[in-house]
Amino acid sequence: MAAALRVAAAGARLSVLASGLRAAVRSLCSQATSVNERIENKRRTALLGGGQRRIDAQHKRGKLTARERISLLLDPGSFVESDMFVEHRCADFGMAADKNKFPGDSVVTGRGRINGRLVYVFSQQIIGWAQWLPLVISALWEAEDFTVFGGSLSGAHAQKICKIMDQAITVGAPVIGLNDSGGARIQEGVESLAGYADIFLRNVTASGVIPQISLIMGPCAGGAVYSPALTDFTFMVKDTSYLFITGPDVVKSVTNEDVTQEELGGAKTHTTMSGVAHRAFENDVDALCNLRDFFNYLPLSSQDPAPIRECHDPSDRLVPELDTIVPLESTKAYNMVDIIHSVVDEREFFEIMPNYAKNIIVGFARMNGRTVGIVGNQPKVASGCLDINSSVKGARFVRFCDAFNIPLITFVDVPGFLPGTAQEYGGIIRHGAKLLYAFAEATVPKVTVITRKAYGGAYDVMSSKHLCGDTNYAWPTAEIAVMGAKGAVEIIFKGHENVEAAQAEYIEKFANPFPAAVRGFVDDIIQPSSTRARICCDLDVLASKKVQRPWRKHANIPL
Amino acid sequence: RQCLMVSRNLGSVGYDPNEKTFDKILIANRGEIACRVIRTCKKMGIKTVAIHSDVDASSVHVKMADEAVCVGPAPTSKSYLNMDAIMEAIKKTRAQAVHPGYGFLSENKEFARCLAAEDVVFIGPDTHAIQAMGDKIESKLLAKKAEVNTIPGFDGVVKDAEEAVRIAREIGYPVMIKASAGGGGKGMRIAWDDEETRDGFRLSSQEAASSFGDDRLLIEKFIDNPRHIEIQVLGDKHGNALWLNERECSIQRRNQKVVEEAPSIFLDAETRRAMGEQAVALARAVKYSSAGTVEFLVDSKKNFYFLEMNTRLQVRVDSGIQPGSDISIYYDPMISKLITYGSDRTEALKRMADALDNYVIRGVTHNIALLREVIINSRFVKGDISTKFLSDVYPDGFKGHMLTKSEKNQLLAIASSLFVAFQLRAQHFQENSRMPVIKPDIANWELSVKLHDKVHTVVASNNGSMFSVEVDGSKLNVTSTWNLASPLLSVSVDGTQRTVQCLSREAGGNMSIQFLGTVYKVNILTRLAAELNKFMLEKVTEDTSSVLRSPMPGVVVAVSVKPGDAVAEGQEICVIEAMKMQNSMTAGKTGTVKSVHCQAGDTVGEGDLLVELE
Repeated sequence: MAAALRVAAAGARLSVLASGLRAAVRSLCSQATSVNERIENKRRTALLGGGQRRIDAQHKRGKLTARERISLLLDPGSFVESDMFVEHRCADFGMAADKNKFPGDSVVTGRGRINGRLVYVFSQQIIGWAQWLPLVISALWEAEDFTVFGGSLSGAHAQKICKIMDQAITVGAPVIGLNDSGGARIQEGVESLAGYADIFLRNVTASGVIPQISLIMGPCAGGAVYSPALTDFTFMVKDTSYLFITGPDVVKSVTNEDVTQEELGGAKTHTTMSGVAHRAFENDVDALCNLRDFFNYLPLSSQDPAPIRECHDPSDRLVPELDTIVPLESTKAYNMVDIIHSVVDEREFFEIMPNYAKNIIVGFARMNGRTVGIVGNQPKVASGCLDINSSVKGARFVRFCDAFNIPLITFVDVPGFLPGTAQEYGGIIRHGAKLLYAFAEATVPKVTVITRKAYGGAYDVMSSKHLCGDTNYAWPTAEIAVMGAKGAVEIIFKGHENVEAAQAEYIEKFANPFPAAVRGFVDDIIQPSSTRARICCDLDVLASKKVQRPWRKHANIPL
Repeated sequence: RQCLMVSRNLGSVGYDPNEKTFDKILIANRGEIACRVIRTCKKMGIKTVAIHSDVDASSVHVKMADEAVCVGPAPTSKSYLNMDAIMEAIKKTRAQAVHPGYGFLSENKEFARCLAAEDVVFIGPDTHAIQAMGDKIESKLLAKKAEVNTIPGFDGVVKDAEEAVRIAREIGYPVMIKASAGGGGKGMRIAWDDEETRDGFRLSSQEAASSFGDDRLLIEKFIDNPRHIEIQVLGDKHGNALWLNERECSIQRRNQKVVEEAPSIFLDAETRRAMGEQAVALARAVKYSSAGTVEFLVDSKKNFYFLEMNTRLQVRVDSGIQPGSDISIYYDPMISKLITYGSDRTEALKRMADALDNYVIRGVTHNIALLREVIINSRFVKGDISTKFLSDVYPDGFKGHMLTKSEKNQLLAIASSLFVAFQLRAQHFQENSRMPVIKPDIANWELSVKLHDKVHTVVASNNGSMFSVEVDGSKLNVTSTWNLASPLLSVSVDGTQRTVQCLSREAGGNMSIQFLGTVYKVNILTRLAAELNKFMLEKVTEDTSSVLRSPMPGVVVAVSVKPGDAVAEGQEICVIEAMKMQNSMTAGKTGTVKSVHCQAGDTVGEGDLLVELE
């Protein structure tokens, strides 16, 4: 191709020469035209993906094509594509034939902008592999619908993804992957597996450097699942996306379990049971609109501060309803999400994993325009206790915020860790340690508000002063103690007659914010209605917070 | 629900600051009424004692008062009607007098007697008048004696459902069944045949028992299509009585006043005087020595009938709640009351519409949309109303404001401008020097806006605070401050001022906008997204006719089906008591009961599954 271009340039120069040379020039020019035509043809084929028939089939399933998805995700006109001319290099099984080569292979890659901010994108696509189907039927992943074998991962496909990931790391901008792939391309054998590993390596290298987001928009099975698993956030599209190591047929043959694709690895499974995915959206359009919304919360890289977006909500706004939100009876539940909504800017809260381990709430919001990470115990679910799943959910979120300079606001109403054999056998000790570790390790600004209970070890864990909380507040309803009055009295006054009086004494002494406040474990006891104003003010001051840690290769979180 | 009042004249009552007053009084009421009394006491330098139930411990009236005493758990019969506990509170706080507000114990002769025995002053009419007027049966007999026009009916207590049917037949349908001790529409039902009489008798006596602790009922002729007009009277201890002007209270829902207006545009001077004179005659007959209200039903021929006498006056925006207050299912559903006045009716109505647009209510369902619709309804504006107004105008229930074409264009233009304003704001970051933000340059936003299942093509372009919007070909200019955090947005559309509220907004394009009192759901997508959205598959939605969900928080009073029962569409399945009203929940289709998820006594939340049908 380089030769052809040189020839074309030469032709242009020659065209101004004397008429005697004209005949020779004419033959060179015609060669140049044919290169231009080839470029055009390749581009046209690449833009059409797998052809109209494939596009229609994709639409019929309620799914968009790779390019349509990119056009919705990015600002209009901002997409700059790379590697449109890349083709696979496999020669076996007749794959070398021109009819089996598609410019761009099976993934669209490039960069673009979301609300003006730079992002790198890859979008796997289904193209016309119809001719190959007989070859692929014996694949490790078996789908009822053959067409999903499109988007399979070739060496060339992986190389394209790696190229944009390398660039994203170099310039410091997030990567978004739109996954819709049939898995490894069997015809390529080990080259395809190598391709996966190349991507995994880059996912790990980029981890904590740039935000990485996966949106699963179709099947994603076998080795392919580990790339989303390594990224910071995995979102899914309801009813059309699946994530699993092996499909239902393999499950049936190995474990004799009968399970559908949806039950095994659908959006509901992963957002409610496994915790693999962080959120699910209604369809492609809804998912991409939400992804744009979500992207606005993130800094571009670990070198950038949390973004500050224009804010119309006054930072000193008082929130009178908070003064009565905590019920008088300490056994009565309330919804912590209500508190979060009324404290943050414009009631906007992008919740992460809203349907998994619901006893803890995590998500992004803004305070006076600046992105913050919110962590809160949810008294409405399991009294807001900490258990294995909620600890892991909280820990991963806290670590993301810390890696990307997003301040943490923690709302505490926690009665303790959940007791029982299920939790102990499941390893609540090491899992609970993750949340403790994450909060202790975090050096971003940390503001904590104890709304009601902060009991036992869970008090320490929930971004307490002792773990270097920058500002720790208690509401007048706060009770900071080793445990609730009843349990404490049963231990302290075992065998005593006047248990009720003892209990009353305990409540008087400990079921209030004073024991912590006199020791400086909370910085102030604040009127709940002033919470927003106080936090906004603190975050302004804490923006310049700097913490030095001793050198180490990397920390060793109890995984 | 709000009560709302349109008034042209609003007088204020002054008092002599040198007059001797009490040092401390107890207010035996709650909510907005108690707040009003406390406010007046503060102005007069009188200390106040509030009483409250468990659930009201942090309500506004408790905070406002100097002292507060808890008189029992949530049900009114155990707290606000608990005379022993209230008498105890009076003794404990040494209050010299009790202001009963209205409702609750305000018309309870027993309470007035207890107070007299303890030498505590009852602020309000004396026991005799309460006794006479507090009981509908007694008051009707008294009215008859004072030669006041009364409604034909049965003046005794009805024993059971069968007797109710017999009496109803005698009087002739339609009949009104009502609680003898009742008021405020509770325990009141209209019956058009024997069947409805039996049902009405059962429901009314249950309601009467739970609300007033007295299940006695009476039956009288139901005056069809009447107006409800009240006359204010004032009496003193020397037997003087006079009448003030009337208030038209015909716009009612379930016999609760929704809109009041003074003066009534229906009455002529002669009828007004006749009604006033009868009202005064009644006040004299009961030796009435306070301010009160005599209620009349007026038929289309201006015949009027005495309905009842309330030993109280009503007034002002009042509200007994503030952000964070619980609105309990145990008490009266009135949350706020709005009064506007003007030099003429048109002005008063215009002000009311504006004021309603400025109510910001979140977290509870409310009737702003209905109120706003009533006051702009052509029949209401003409004055052609009766107590049946709401059921006549909205036979299938109120479904929200019907947009005219130009209103629809305005709504679409405002919604589209809001959408673009949000989109533009999303690109406004505090400049981050490491990597510049390069905003997309979009001169014309091509949008596709869905409203009521219809898709409209909109092109919007922005120039500072002004949006030029083309909706289905017609051009509009929309100007506002575009403060996207403010709950209220004042917008000018081609010079017309509108106040809108954006209640919710989702990234996927769904937006709820309150416009002209009604909340509209729109979906806004860019043209590209809308084109691609066509390929998205319809999601399977739950068939709501086969599930019965609780429409509001409340208590299940009775469940009349069990799994396997065959039910007909419209058949009663269970009864939920909420806001002190019993609501009959009926089957949405004919079928078999699959499962029952509630039992009598359960407390249910809004949207809770009650019964599933097959």
